Amino acid sequence: MKNLTLKSAKEKLIKKEISAKELTKFYLERIKKLDKEINSFNIVCEKEALEQAEKADKLLSEKQDLPLLGIPIAIKDLFSTKGVQTTASSNVLKGYIPPYDATVIQKLKDAGAIILGKTNCDAWAHGSSGENSDFGPTKNPWDQTRTPGGSSSGSASAVTADFALASTGTDTGGSIRLPASFTNTVGLKPTYGRVSRYGVIAMASSLDSIGHFTKTVEDSALFLNITAGKDQMDATTPDVPVPDYTKSLNQDIKGLRIGVPKEFFIDGLDLKIRQAIKNALKFYEEEGAEIIEVSLPNTEHAIATYYIIQPAEVSSNLARYDGIRYGNSRESFGAEAKRRIMLGTFTLSVGYYDAYYKKAMRIRTLIKQDYEKVFEKVDAIVAPVSPSMPWKLGEKINDPLTMYLSDIFTVTGNLAGIPGLSVPAGFSEGLPIGMQISGPQFSEELLFRLGHKFEINHDFYTKQPEL
Amino acid sequence: MVIDVLHISKLANLTLNDKEIKLFEKQLSSVLDYIQKLQQVNTDNIGETSQITGLVNITRKDENTPSLQQPDAIANGKKIHNGLFEVNAILEQ
Repeated sequence: MKNLTLKSAKEKLIKKEISAKELTKFYLERIKKLDKEINSFNIVCEKEALEQAEKADKLLSEKQDLPLLGIPIAIKDLFSTKGVQTTASSNVLKGYIPPYDATVIQKLKDAGAIILGKTNCDAWAHGSSGENSDFGPTKNPWDQTRTPGGSSSGSASAVTADFALASTGTDTGGSIRLPASFTNTVGLKPTYGRVSRYGVIAMASSLDSIGHFTKTVEDSALFLNITAGKDQMDATTPDVPVPDYTKSLNQDIKGLRIGVPKEFFIDGLDLKIRQAIKNALKFYEEEGAEIIEVSLPNTEHAIATYYIIQPAEVSSNLARYDGIRYGNSRESFGAEAKRRIMLGTFTLSVGYYDAYYKKAMRIRTLIKQDYEKVFEKVDAIVAPVSPSMPWKLGEKINDPLTMYLSDIFTVTGNLAGIPGLSVPAGFSEGLPIGMQISGPQFSEELLFRLGHKFEINHDFYTKQPEL
Repeated sequence: MVIDVLHISKLANLTLNDKEIKLFEKQLSSVLDYIQKLQQVNTDNIGETSQITGLVNITRKDENTPSLQQPDAIANGKKIHNGLFEVNAILEQ
């Protein structure tokens, strides 16, 4: 049962080569044996998972056809799960048991998925390395002295370590794409509003995108088929039809125009990453795509803009935690949450609002317009996800600004609300490299098509870390 | 730029110790210096983007639907009295 994909596991379940219970036990045992070191799970729901697996086996024997029937998955501990502790990896919510499921959780359960547990992350999803978790950092299974990226650190590590077939994540400034690129997994940050935020602990509400990690692009498309769509409970989900994302995977890419933003190939970009992206672009060119250099001139302002807008929304969203109705007192907030609450409170305060917050909202317009202009000339953009390789745990923890700068290639996508897919693009000295494919809003089909083409010709996803 | 950490922490209802005040003053000031560079960007006649969906005024019918029952809603409260949340008084006599 090692190294299955969502798709291959589904086939084996339907053919009765394995049962849902066997598969669930396989992952639970791996987690028990190997996750002490990796620390990708905050809690494991062994009893509930085995019960769900038994139900799934019954439905499978009745030939019920549900898209994820019997598929064990992991959930970032930011998604409310009815009856199962949900903490956002913060001591503020330690012991909190949600009385309802997030929309995405409900949809995954309805699709027959089995929830193995809740994964570790930077507390409140604030961070790029997982080290801001109040429950200890997650390690990168490819090199346990290094970060798996954050904030969805546990979800990324769990998939690459073969603890689950897929996992959910959230991406406000790169929190899915960065850890995907650091762990040889496929990470999708969908278009803002494509997937409901209802029941997912809010970080910055105008930026939060709800996505997932899988081993393959095809699995990512399968997963989005279930999570995407308008939700009555989230007023920011536009009524855009949800296609079958797996249908167009194999369409040809000949004639597609791929943009390469020159601002993403700066001096600070690691040479190994630069080379991997160059190789990918060469591949696309050989497959008949046209490679065009483009410019996103406001990229240099993106981190500063993001670090006004995001903490402003964080300070507002975290104001609700008073320890009265649920959770613990505000004294339980960790250092990074305090920093962001204060930064946001400051930029929204009298006398500073116009100079900071209003200014940032105007530059957000410029960043959005940069993309609109580029997408008149090209169909998609291919770029690095991260300027650097996975760094050592502890390396950036005392310098918040340096940590913030690691999101330089991902935050623009959140500010513009466009989708981004991180796809494995190779290795250097045993560490994974990811490439980012972005497109206009609601162009997920195109991103999958480009990602799938690359994936089936390179097979990086078949490589697994030794544990 | 130096930020008045103590004042801001009061606005944000956070209690900080002396060590945190010192540390955050230094860290937040360096972040503020960094974001300061935006002042040089020309944004004359540029509108503000507070959200990017293009959606406006999403409403639904004002009808009752099933919602959380009281026991579920208060189940996570630490101080409950007669089925209600108990809070400290905020007004003095």
